[in-house]
Amino acid sequence: MPDQDHSPLSEAAVERMVAEALAAIAAASTVAELKAARLAHAGDRSPLALANRTIGALPPEEKKAAGQRMGAARARVNEALAARDAEVAAAELAASLVAERVDVTLPVAAAPEGAIHPITALIDLMSDVFVAMGWEVAEGPELEAEWLNFDALNIHADHPARGTTDTLFVDPLEHHQLLRTHTSPVQVRTMLHREPPIYVVCPGKVYRADEFDATHVPVFHQIEGLAVDKGITMAHLKGTLDHLARAMFGDITTRLRPNYFPFTEPSAEMDLQCFVCHGESVGNPDLDCKTCRNEGWIEWGGCGIVNPRVLAAAGIDTDVYSGFAFGMGIERTLMFRNNAADMRDMVEGDVRFSRSLKGEAR
Amino acid sequence: MRAPKSWIAEFAALPSGLDGRALGEALISAGLEVEAVETIGGELSGPVVVGRVLGCVDEPQKNGKTIRWCHVDVGPAHAPEVAPEPLRAGEPVALLPGGYWPRGIVCGALNFAAGDFVVVALPGSVLPGGFELGSRRTYGHLSDGMICAVDELGLGSDHTGILVLPDAAPSGAPWVLGADALDAMGVRDEVLDMPVTPDMGYCLSIRGLAREAAQALDVPFTDPIDRPTPPERHDGHGVRLETDRCPLFVALTVTGVDPSRPTPAWLAMRLEASGMRSINLPVDISNYVMLESGQPNHCYDADLLVGDIVVRQALPGERLVTLDDVDRALDPEDVVIADDAGPIGLGGVMGGERTELRDTTRTIVIECAHFDPIAIARTSRRHRLGSEASRRFERTVDPGAAYGAAHRVAQLLVELAGGTLSPAETVAGSVPAMPEQTIAASLPADILGMPVDAERVVAILERSGVSVTRDGDRLRLVPPTWRPDLVDPYDYVEEVGTKVGLDKLPSVVPPAPVGRGLTPEQRLRRSITRALVTAGFVEVLSFPFLAETDLDALGVGDDDGRRRLVRLANPLADTAPFLRTTLLPGLFAAVQRNTSRGNDDLALFEAGRVFLAGEPRATELLPVTRRPSDAEVAALDEALPDQPRHLAAVLTGAWKRPGWQGPGEPAGWQHALVFADVAASVLGLGLRRTPAEVAPWHPGRCAALSVGDVVVGHAGELHPTVCKRFGLPPRTAAAELDLDLLVSLFGGPGTIAPVSPHPVAKEDLALVVAEAVPTAELADAIRAGAGPLLESVALFDIYRGAPVPEGRKSCAFALRFRAADHTLKDAEIAAAREGAIAAARERCAAELRDF
Repeated sequence: MPDQDHSPLSEAAVERMVAEALAAIAAASTVAELKAARLAHAGDRSPLALANRTIGALPPEEKKAAGQRMGAARARVNEALAARDAEVAAAELAASLVAERVDVTLPVAAAPEGAIHPITALIDLMSDVFVAMGWEVAEGPELEAEWLNFDALNIHADHPARGTTDTLFVDPLEHHQLLRTHTSPVQVRTMLHREPPIYVVCPGKVYRADEFDATHVPVFHQIEGLAVDKGITMAHLKGTLDHLARAMFGDITTRLRPNYFPFTEPSAEMDLQCFVCHGESVGNPDLDCKTCRNEGWIEWGGCGIVNPRVLAAAGIDTDVYSGFAFGMGIERTLMFRNNAADMRDMVEGDVRFSRSLKGEAR
Repeated sequence: MRAPKSWIAEFAALPSGLDGRALGEALISAGLEVEAVETIGGELSGPVVVGRVLGCVDEPQKNGKTIRWCHVDVGPAHAPEVAPEPLRAGEPVALLPGGYWPRGIVCGALNFAAGDFVVVALPGSVLPGGFELGSRRTYGHLSDGMICAVDELGLGSDHTGILVLPDAAPSGAPWVLGADALDAMGVRDEVLDMPVTPDMGYCLSIRGLAREAAQALDVPFTDPIDRPTPPERHDGHGVRLETDRCPLFVALTVTGVDPSRPTPAWLAMRLEASGMRSINLPVDISNYVMLESGQPNHCYDADLLVGDIVVRQALPGERLVTLDDVDRALDPEDVVIADDAGPIGLGGVMGGERTELRDTTRTIVIECAHFDPIAIARTSRRHRLGSEASRRFERTVDPGAAYGAAHRVAQLLVELAGGTLSPAETVAGSVPAMPEQTIAASLPADILGMPVDAERVVAILERSGVSVTRDGDRLRLVPPTWRPDLVDPYDYVEEVGTKVGLDKLPSVVPPAPVGRGLTPEQRLRRSITRALVTAGFVEVLSFPFLAETDLDALGVGDDDGRRRLVRLANPLADTAPFLRTTLLPGLFAAVQRNTSRGNDDLALFEAGRVFLAGEPRATELLPVTRRPSDAEVAALDEALPDQPRHLAAVLTGAWKRPGWQGPGEPAGWQHALVFADVAASVLGLGLRRTPAEVAPWHPGRCAALSVGDVVVGHAGELHPTVCKRFGLPPRTAAAELDLDLLVSLFGGPGTIAPVSPHPVAKEDLALVVAEAVPTAELADAIRAGAGPLLESVALFDIYRGAPVPEGRKSCAFALRFRAADHTLKDAEIAAAREGAIAAARERCAAELRDF
């Protein structure tokens, strides 16, 4: 059998080729080395492939056994290749993942940081409280007819607010046009153009010939509300304002304090209990509260039952309908709610101020 | 109004132990504001006691001053342990009858004598200003305390001498030596400082405040002015009323007055506590009665009056020198008090100099009159002259108080100034009738929204002085003379509400109506703002005032719409008398402020109204007793200038800062365009850009932005000169859009097309065109030529240089094709591509780059 031993198809020869192939595969530690081993031991020019080609020359009775031997041998090599391939790929991936490690604490470039002005944010927020109650948001011109800003609101011709020291007028004065001093003319416009029931809030810019300092700005923002319906009472006003106060400030105590406005009767000032000292600084020499100046209460806005003279001037039947109205400053609300200390910051356009609020205000 | 608690307590039986703050709370519930509660004598501590000067010796000093060395009896409890130095050297010092020593005190004042009662601050006491007293050796004596002046006690400003007490305490009882001085004098007091609203003029008096306090606390009230006004009579000084703006004038005459008598300390202290200075006795009495009654009054020197007193309108050309020493030209609308020699007072505002009281005055004519509030307000404003009197008359004074107040002045002139009241008196005119009103008894409950039954309503109103007649369910009401604010039915609702207490109101949210929510425009404007913020823009607010020089600096031409300026009659600053027609100057100011504070990377925006003047037209002051007609309302609107909302941005510094990831991206004209595109894309609108030369932009770097044929705004880089003029960094970019116009162009949300599941075919196309051809035009041509299969086209490269010929550029576009209903065949794609090339060639003279 020496001939047979020397035949490339002999059992010993095939075992040798397989052993060499397996050794080479095992030795390959990279994808490239494995590729080379594949070419050398499983490729078209590999010893196994070359031996396989000689099967055809065998006598027919030997072909089957040789074929089976070669098939088993090549299968072993291919299995070993596949297994090693998976191992090498996994190792290479693991290595590359380690190599690709980055510093995740590096600052990353976001889009520029935009911001809504806190006043706009607060206007939207307060408007939404009312929209959720079924109210609507009414708007109107800032340069108004004097009649709508004053006369229609029962502010008679001799009222001090109508002087040039308080109100900014368009030149000439005889044209009776001015920069609105409150958003109340929008209420009048709403009543002139709509039948009750009316439930509107009027946010917007208003103007006063005021000095410009930490607590006064000549151009500021208000939100006013008006409800005109059958059977509207002062208790409804109180309920509405309580709801708004809770929505803006959380659990907070309010009070209505009698006051005077020409356009409402009865009129009241709405106070919030000081949310810094909760009224504990009142008469307490050991506790000095800068927020409420030891008064325990903070003035938030004016309100009252709409004076029937105002309803009548807008064509509303005062025998059938009554209404309530209220108004508060947005800047003031921002000061209380978010501790804005200086009103000048609100109009100077410093981006750091605009970017102050979080969450709801973006 | 500053009101001492003790004064209120004279007329309202305040519960004992009620402090000033509690009184304030009661008044707040009645509708008053209390700004502060101050304590008189609150700055004093330690022993400040009543003493009696036993004897004194004046000792001239080398410095020219004379001091007085005194022995003062301060009672046994505060007596010194050892005898004081004698008054005169060698004189023995005697023990007092109670078996104790007097105190030795050096005093700088000389306005007292042995036997006088004085206030002595003893060692250990602290005076206002934190001045702590001790025994000290001065002017050669051991001074063992201090005899005090009024100002040293914090009771007033008087420092003309030490305070000499009357012979007995205010109660009439003898002084107790060594007793606490402030308690004994009854001056320990609290003062409430209260701003008074225009409808509560009657609370500009102790009388009014006491009445409100008594009602709020439910305690008895005694009216200090309760004399009914008699019918018209003219036996006193002659008075003629020649204007309907003065319906009542009371004149009383007091003779034999000694104006040189000192004002008693109690009266001066009350004036001081109420915020008025003590001047001389007759003036102090006049002011005291005004504060007490709320009725302004005036005293004339009768000997200086020429003939009758006449109340009339001023004559043209008349002048008057008022008590403040100002020579005033009178207006025929002014009400004056005059005599035969001309005006002697500006009615209800201020008296005249000619008939002012002097040292020589012996006979006084007291005026208490009633004036029309509007006439007084106008005169006060016309002459820029506010006085304690005008402040009260403007808010309406109780006409029923005039007669009683005149008698109160007379009474005090008799008691304190030694005068005699003449029984002959003048009452010209009468107290005007108060307006009657009828309300349903249920009205207060219906409007307040809380139960208040008819009996309660009647009781409250009667307590407020209203005369109430019940007529079934109706109440016939006549207010008291001091309540001119009670006119309309709702005035009575307020009165009931205030007296019941607004704190009793239930809190009821009104039943929700059916609302439409925000309008589409409001929602869209909000969405635009949010989108801009997300894109990196920061909202700011600025003042809407403008100077003409701003427009010049912008380079805005004379015929530009932004010159349609609205001028203010009384601008806040004379340098900026106009309303803005563009938002840009306001944003420029914000940029400057930011960069000066080191905020260099800015993308600011503002949304706000601009004001564009039309043909100037007046708006009418319509009547208020009826609804104006629709035509009248429309006329108001038509006369008002256009006030469209604008949306503008300014950019400078870095849009993206350089960092470890690479170089940054400076903010520039591109981002101004992004700003406009973001706003428009919220509305689903694409903005067509055409090169434009418009101020204040760089003529080669500005786009007019349009939707269809409508130009909605401009964006680009600012003109270098504009940057310089406004102090902006070079290459600052800006955009300004007509926001209302843009939103009006919103075409609706549209419909949702089916999403094609078929594969996309991608084709790249490089086209060579002349440099001047805008890439947008090329893209438009591609779109038009490629037909409906083209899904999108995007420019991804521009190449200039060989082999592209000089003056031309190669623009590379990525095209995506897709059909809704099938996978595209090669031939379809090729045809679409050829169509695009053909259109580009035809419209833009483009050649396909095939090298």
